[in-house]
Amino acid sequence: MASVIEHPEVAAAAVAGDPMLPEPYIIQRMRQETDDTFTLEIIPEHAAREFHFRPGQFNMVYVFGVGEVPISISSDPGHLPLLKHTTREVGTVTRAMRQLKRGDAVGIRGPFGSWWPVENAVGKDVVIVAGGIGLAPLRPALYRMMAEREKFRKIVLLNGTRTPEDMLYRQELEHWRGKFDLEIQVTVDRAATNWRGNVGVVTALIPRAPFDPSNTLAMVCGPEIMMRFTVMELEKRGVAAERIFLSIERNMKCGIGFCGHCQFGPSFVCKDGPVFPLGRVAAILGKSEI
Amino acid sequence: MIDTLEPIVVQQGFFQGMEEKHIHLITGCARNVRFEPGSVIFREGDAANQFYLIRKGLVALQCAIPHRGLTTIQTLGPDEMLGWSWLLAPHRWNFDARAQQFTLALEFDGACLRAKCDEDHDLGYELYKRFTRVVTGHLAATRLQLLDMYGQRD
Repeated sequence: MASVIEHPEVAAAAVAGDPMLPEPYIIQRMRQETDDTFTLEIIPEHAAREFHFRPGQFNMVYVFGVGEVPISISSDPGHLPLLKHTTREVGTVTRAMRQLKRGDAVGIRGPFGSWWPVENAVGKDVVIVAGGIGLAPLRPALYRMMAEREKFRKIVLLNGTRTPEDMLYRQELEHWRGKFDLEIQVTVDRAATNWRGNVGVVTALIPRAPFDPSNTLAMVCGPEIMMRFTVMELEKRGVAAERIFLSIERNMKCGIGFCGHCQFGPSFVCKDGPVFPLGRVAAILGKSEI
Repeated sequence: MIDTLEPIVVQQGFFQGMEEKHIHLITGCARNVRFEPGSVIFREGDAANQFYLIRKGLVALQCAIPHRGLTTIQTLGPDEMLGWSWLLAPHRWNFDARAQQFTLALEFDGACLRAKCDEDHDLGYELYKRFTRVVTGHLAATRLQLLDMYGQRD
């Protein structure tokens, strides 16, 4: 019988001080990841600032004078105080953020939200399914598992991107694959003939991925339509619904469940999510009215 | 030495649950094949009288697009079925298939199986049901691919 997994409760209470007050952070590096994504690497202006986060949580990142956006934390929770946020240059705030330079300041509120249940994956196979920039919120979970690799059975990362050039963290993943026991399968939507890897949607990798579905915990992040089809394939393969976790993205504003901007059915993504066990969102996933 | 491919055929997920007499008939139309990386398995427009069950390796379905050259549309790996044009007239391949890696496969003689399906409609019905699942799976995947869903997290 499949074990019941406890889902971490709301983490908003973990935010130190006033959760509505941004703390100044200084940019250490701005790294271009792909054509339209970049990583902001920051440290707190006040060295004494206490900050801890769990893999899957997000911060509200404030570009002074422009606006604030929610971005998941994509760095190693064991390498604080450095924080990394990978995002796509897609709107007014992220476009302004991309223009910032080393030494410039941003405001940070957080960390907010629930996290990937890494502790529940101990002794199990772990399958991580990422689509596009969905790999960013999953990277801290990978860091955690790589730091204690012996505690987990197989770790399989299935990563789908639009083209080979759109793949995030390519060098790091290659390094991990060489150093640790980590199975990585990548597929792209389209590629030139010099690409020797898979072409097709990420869901097509699930039927032949090397994991034991009866003892697997799945973490999934990407566009919602990708997650819906991923869930179908995982369930078809035999992974129990209570061991499938998804990260949902909505328009988070306050981060603490007051403003209602990120309401997702009966939940607020900012405080009940972004990481949800499938059971809490299955009935509303894919509903156009939600 | 293996003197029949039946033990291998019966292990393939695609044929699971099939009646023994049908497995026997299908095995009679099967042989082991191997393809070196880069070698062409079939070409668009050629007669489609085979299909393949990939056992190891990776095969790319490709088509030539003006001003873009050969483009890979999809890849198929172990336990996946390659080719269904043998089922339906005019029995011509719609795409090129090329081995991306060293590939081992079971090749089935589609022309031989078509004749057997005409004689034994139960066999034909079983094969059509199974191929329909394969085709609908590819159709769903293609629809997702067309959405260009990684353009922006929704």
